[in-house]
Amino acid sequence: MDRLQGVLRYIRRNPALGAGIGILLFLILFSVIGSFITNPQDAYPLAAPASKPPSAEFIFGTDGQGRDLFAVAVAGTWLTIRIGLIAGVIGVTIGTVLGFTSAFYGGWFDIVVRWVVDVLLTVPGLLVLIVIASSLGDKAVDINGMALIIAMLAWMGPTRTIRSQVLSMRERPYVMMARLNGMSGLSIIFRELIPNLLPYLGASLVGSTNGAIFASIGLAALGLGPLRDPTLGVTIYWVMNQGAFVRGMWWWAAVPISIIVLIFVMLFLISAGLDELANPRVRRTV
Amino acid sequence: MRYPPAFVLKRLILLLMIVWTAATLNFFIPKLTPRNPLREKLLEDASRGGYIPPGFNEMVQGYEKKFGLDQPVWKQYLTYMGDMARFDLGYSISNFPKTVGELIGEAIPWTIGLLTVTTALAFLIGTLLGALIAWSRSPSWLNYLVAPLLTLSAIPFYLLALILIYFVAFQWKLLPLGGGYSFGIVPSFSAAFIFDVMKHAILPALSIILASTGGWAIGMRGMMVTVQGEDYMTFAEAKGLKPRRLFFRYAVRNALLPQVTGLALSLSFIVSGSVLVELVFGFPGIGTLLARSVGQLDYFLIYGIVFIIIVAIGVAMFIMDMIYPLLDPRISYE
Amino acid sequence: MNDNGYVLRVENLDVQYHTDAGTVYANSQVSFNLKPGERLGLVGESGSGKSTLALAILGMIKPPGRIGGGEIWLENTDLVKLPEEAIRQVRGRQVSMIPQGAMNSLNPVARIKDQLIDGMIDHELGLSRSEMNRMVREALEAVELDPQVAQMYPHELSGGMKQRACIAIAIAMNPKVIIADEPTSALDVVTQRQVMQTIGHLQAQLGSAVILIGHDMGLMAQFVDRIAVMYAGKLVELGSVKDTFTHPMHPYTQMLISSLPRLENKGTFNGIPGITPLLREIPTDCVFNSRCPQAIPICMQRVPKLLEHRPNQWAACHLYQSEEN
Ligand SMILES: Nc1ncnc2c1ncn2[C@@H]1O[C@H](COP(=O)(O)OP(=O)(O)O)[C@@H](O)[C@H]1O
Ligand SMILES: [Mg+2]
Repeated sequence: MDRLQGVLRYIRRNPALGAGIGILLFLILFSVIGSFITNPQDAYPLAAPASKPPSAEFIFGTDGQGRDLFAVAVAGTWLTIRIGLIAGVIGVTIGTVLGFTSAFYGGWFDIVVRWVVDVLLTVPGLLVLIVIASSLGDKAVDINGMALIIAMLAWMGPTRTIRSQVLSMRERPYVMMARLNGMSGLSIIFRELIPNLLPYLGASLVGSTNGAIFASIGLAALGLGPLRDPTLGVTIYWVMNQGAFVRGMWWWAAVPISIIVLIFVMLFLISAGLDELANPRVRRTV
Repeated sequence: MRYPPAFVLKRLILLLMIVWTAATLNFFIPKLTPRNPLREKLLEDASRGGYIPPGFNEMVQGYEKKFGLDQPVWKQYLTYMGDMARFDLGYSISNFPKTVGELIGEAIPWTIGLLTVTTALAFLIGTLLGALIAWSRSPSWLNYLVAPLLTLSAIPFYLLALILIYFVAFQWKLLPLGGGYSFGIVPSFSAAFIFDVMKHAILPALSIILASTGGWAIGMRGMMVTVQGEDYMTFAEAKGLKPRRLFFRYAVRNALLPQVTGLALSLSFIVSGSVLVELVFGFPGIGTLLARSVGQLDYFLIYGIVFIIIVAIGVAMFIMDMIYPLLDPRISYE
Repeated sequence: MNDNGYVLRVENLDVQYHTDAGTVYANSQVSFNLKPGERLGLVGESGSGKSTLALAILGMIKPPGRIGGGEIWLENTDLVKLPEEAIRQVRGRQVSMIPQGAMNSLNPVARIKDQLIDGMIDHELGLSRSEMNRMVREALEAVELDPQVAQMYPHELSGGMKQRACIAIAIAMNPKVIIADEPTSALDVVTQRQVMQTIGHLQAQLGSAVILIGHDMGLMAQFVDRIAVMYAGKLVELGSVKDTFTHPMHPYTQMLISSLPRLENKGTFNGIPGITPLLREIPTDCVFNSRCPQAIPICMQRVPKLLEHRPNQWAACHLYQSEEN
């Protein structure tokens, strides 16, 4: 109880984090409650009469191919966040391992890791993913496969962050003390470094998830990857492909756009909040 | 000039590595899949009884000779690298006998025009706006801009593009829905054509500018807050400098440095974002060409475009890395 | 008005910071004056309000800070009442500052020369380029820096050289009052002494009055005429160096002097036992009473005024008040 109160008190001082978490909770509630009151099949074509504007029966309307857009929103929110999280978690895991080993062992390994990260960060991930996805073709991968492919390009940012943080923390007094007291490398990592790295790990996770969601929506909007599943990106693809605007079907676009905007604003707020948590600003703008 | 050789050398190697990586990825990723794009295309066309342009079969044979299965992979790789080094990107499958180079050459001026103008404008406007918001002598109503700017910075370009299309072009019919210029107008250097192009470019440009101005403003605001707490600001004020000089020569000048680094680092993000914006508007640049080649499964065109974009980003990064020491006298001594 | 020959006269100055955690009374009822060419030392532990006083004189108190009341007379003008543009013209030209953190006090992306000249330009001295260049050279020579330093950037200078460059900037326009806020605290002992000597020479040459802020009583004693002791936002003692060192009046000053290392009475002031009060409310009693070994009942009831108890020796202490009354 005390803990909860502490958290609440902290959030009052860090409104960005609070607002971000609030939107996240809203999105989770939306997809959980939504999944109870919709039939997943309604998110696929011909489940409903086509091209109906929002009404009491279909509160978000239906698209040009007869998908119930409320069901699409429920399924798409979850699928999109899932792709982002899978890719983000894998990316941060790889990045943490690489960042730690690179910072701790230094030498050639470190040099190689640094160069690879520098080079790959310059290459737009979306383009490499386009090459991969178009080479694979649309039938070869499902949603999870897509997440794995995206994860292959989600580890560079975390590697860079973790490496530089570990390098700077290694020199701090408490780590030196632990070393002098004869703690082993691993227990230093787990007892001293990881707890202090948590905000950075969190920020890296948010960053990678953000990049992964951006890439997954971009790929789908280009018509790459699995187009059958009702993700938000695929919905955008159909909006553009089927001329939703020309047909006056604003709701078709409004549904995925609103949710995507919410997701990105949420990620942005959380990362700003975590940044504040990691480096509390002494001086605030008035 | 103050360029120490080690600094230049390191950036040059980075550029070469980027180009090499791009080419290598383009070579190996397709190899990892069991597909043969040319065969597929031929089969598809044959099954449709499609027209095969003259010379196409010769091109296929030439390709098979260079990259066929009878050649060892290392040899194929070397041949491929040789082609890439000469910027010989091969033929477009779906636009044969046009080469990939020709197609890219037609599209790239549009993209470069759009991207340089929008990025420069967004960077300038955003940076200045962020600086003004954070400046302690600014009117406090400027702070109300923070929330909308934050939201804009979090929205991908192409979503903003969709929203703008819907309202400005479709509902209010103020500007054209898409394309680079109107049908029926012959491209020329006449005033009418240039005006027509501008009209078509406004919405794509606006999507990129609006969405990225927010990011620059938010970044600059944070830096300005930090810089205003520095000792050199207090001392400069104690010298009795005019507020304008304090703002530009001391605060903005120093807060700008991380912004410029940020510009170099976000080039690849900006390019990815604008590829999709072009697609939304059917703007005749490299992004739309890429989307079309994806749709037509024109693999050589896809690989060629990706390669050229990555090389362009690498070169732009290199140029910015060379500009940076001119802004920050400390860099060459590190 | 000010016909009494003082260059600077501070009267009952109050400065507060209004923060989320409450109001900090950083200066309360501070009064002192300064004759032309005089050197005044201001000592006090960290957080006692020394820098606040310096900034107030320069008209640089910013939100959340505010000057609550009082007057700051520079010859015949009350700086507190001046509009921003007018006080800007005073800064650097009539009252200048030698900053505390020389390491970061210069603009890292501008040459030393430009950092000297931009002040001259903004004060509209009406000088030609070559005259300004000459002034730059003279200012650098005055602080014993090579004229080539003009073309250098701050990162190319050592700590001592940076501090000299700051001094050059502060004296370039021949100000009437120079405020040096712990000008040597970031330097090593040898450089400290050299820099202090430079300030000493220059001050004698220019005839400017100097307020030297610091906490090294020993170093200070060699460079100033009078010493002002600050405690929790108030001046508690003000007198000549000799008087203050030989017979300090305020118990706080007495503790300071006796806590100095015996050897020639020089060394760094390390504070005295007890906790500094937080300056969170307007004092209604003596701010020092909780740490004072000689406290008497009245110390808990009334604020002592800064009064001249001996010729030219002022103290804010009830122990002497009775003699006065
Ligand atoms: N900008 C500020 N905002 C809030 N409080 C401040 C600010 N500047 C100084 N203070 C407070 O005013 C008091 C005096 O500070 P200062 O004048 O810097 O003391 P000194 O220079 O003697 O160390 C301190 O308690 C400090 O916390
Ligand atoms: Mg101070």
